[in-house]
Amino acid sequence: MSVANHLKLRAGLLSGLILLVILGLWYAATATSGATASAAGLTPAQIEYAQMMGQDPSAIKADGFPTLGQMGQTAWSHLSRPFYDNGPNDKGVGIQLAHSLGRVALGFGLACLVAVPLGFVIGMSPLLHRALDPFIQVLKPISPLAWMPLALYTIKDSTLSGIFVIFICSIWPMLVNTAFGVAAVKKEWLNVAATLEVSPLRKALQVILPAAAPTILTGMRISMGIAWLVIVAAEMLVGSTGIGYFVWNEWNNLSLSNVIFAVLVIGVVGMLLDLAFGRLQKAVTYVD
Amino acid sequence: MWIDTSAGGGLKAASPVPDGAAGAGKAPVKTPLLQVERLGKAYVADKPVFADVSFMLDRGEFVCVIGHSGCGKTTVLNVLAGLDTATAGHVFMESREMVGPSLERGVVFQGHALMPWLTVRQNIAFAVKSRWPDWPGARLNQQVEKFVQLVGLSHAIDKKPSQLSGGMKQRVGIARAFSIQPKMLLLDEPFGALDALTRGTIQDELMAIVRETQQTVFMITHDVDEAILLADRILLMSNGAETAAGYKPGGIAEVVVNPLPRERTRATLHHLDGYYELRNHIVDFLVSRAKAH
Repeated sequence: MSVANHLKLRAGLLSGLILLVILGLWYAATATSGATASAAGLTPAQIEYAQMMGQDPSAIKADGFPTLGQMGQTAWSHLSRPFYDNGPNDKGVGIQLAHSLGRVALGFGLACLVAVPLGFVIGMSPLLHRALDPFIQVLKPISPLAWMPLALYTIKDSTLSGIFVIFICSIWPMLVNTAFGVAAVKKEWLNVAATLEVSPLRKALQVILPAAAPTILTGMRISMGIAWLVIVAAEMLVGSTGIGYFVWNEWNNLSLSNVIFAVLVIGVVGMLLDLAFGRLQKAVTYVD
Repeated sequence: MWIDTSAGGGLKAASPVPDGAAGAGKAPVKTPLLQVERLGKAYVADKPVFADVSFMLDRGEFVCVIGHSGCGKTTVLNVLAGLDTATAGHVFMESREMVGPSLERGVVFQGHALMPWLTVRQNIAFAVKSRWPDWPGARLNQQVEKFVQLVGLSHAIDKKPSQLSGGMKQRVGIARAFSIQPKMLLLDEPFGALDALTRGTIQDELMAIVRETQQTVFMITHDVDEAILLADRILLMSNGAETAAGYKPGGIAEVVVNPLPRERTRATLHHLDGYYELRNHIVDFLVSRAKAH
């Protein structure tokens, strides 16, 4: 136990060290770029000329890659007011995240409702498995964003299209894993159920489902990872709200510090989602 | 006379037992619990693994099957369990033809076949609930605890199978089969994966429970001593083989009635008169006759 703790401590220290190195490099890089981009080497006349041309050297410095201090300010301003709403193009990062998470939850939830029962049927029936396999194999590798034009044309609503894209990208890993997990349930457990004359519904819910649950949860975890990747891209395309739209909007504002902050937030939320599914997976996993 | 053959006894080899002659020495008064008639299974047409397997089981009887791998013992048991179908013949239980699995026949599987996500209590409760779906929780729990206690695992009742040793898992499997109080128990080499010490202990336990509950048991084993200890009758099965006269399917070559007193124990078994003759007879069968050359 103490060995494990010792390792944990050392790993933590190393992580902290790596973070410090990254921040140090960042600090060093932005400090020098600020110096070269400054007006130091220019005569007053050149500066004035540049200003008249709309290329104020001091302004360039403010809008370039942010220094650590600027980054800290941006992060603080977002974290202290996550839920403000000043109209369509100026919402707090919390509100944007809520929009994204809502879309992911809806699309992912719908995909669960379709993929798990369908995967169950495919896993139980070798006939259906063979019949549907070509469709799954063709549809699975399609980039979810390729569906966007079709979704926009048929659904005619950008928000719903975003949800559809999440739905279509979440469905495949769950479907394939559920089918695999159900097909791989040990014959001896099914034999036990058979000799006990267990009804088909009870067999599905109390034998096959718990037996396949770890595999199904693995599929869900992969799906959720993909959904969170795709929602950012989808929101960049369809716009209006969401963390993806926020990134794109801040890029149009040339506010790199906001973009960096949003990127970090996307990473942290993605990690938390994965952790949550990891917990769920652990809860249904059994030692055979 | 402890060798029961169609020819009328002795240690001589017997041809496959004709229909209904298995219990010949007893002259059954009432109908047997289980009647197997000319059972056969062929994966390749014209070359059945076994054919013409016929025997009867009386209530309260303990019957063991011994034979080499591939003779079809497990298939016979699976047919009796309703998990497999025969290509020929019929099985009657209480004079009614058997179709598919039934709660009347409890099965103890070779691997314990416990559900690893359930505790011991939940595993057995799953079976009890299947048998009596309308029982209230208290009654169900009482039944579960009774049978867990019967196999001496009360202390481990809330543990998961992964926390139990191989012998304990097999005990739970036995408790689960007994808990639904079937008319008949089918055991497929239940102790095959256990070490000799554990195996002996569980054999004693099984024998005690069977004697106490008057359970009818049909059991497959590879272990001659196990069969002698537990069985009232031992069916010796031979493998199918090519002979000079053509292919000869496997089947029951001989039915041996155990002459030892029913109150025998594992510790004193080898001191009983007739034990070595019986043992030698079965071993001779396995060595020289089980595989028809």
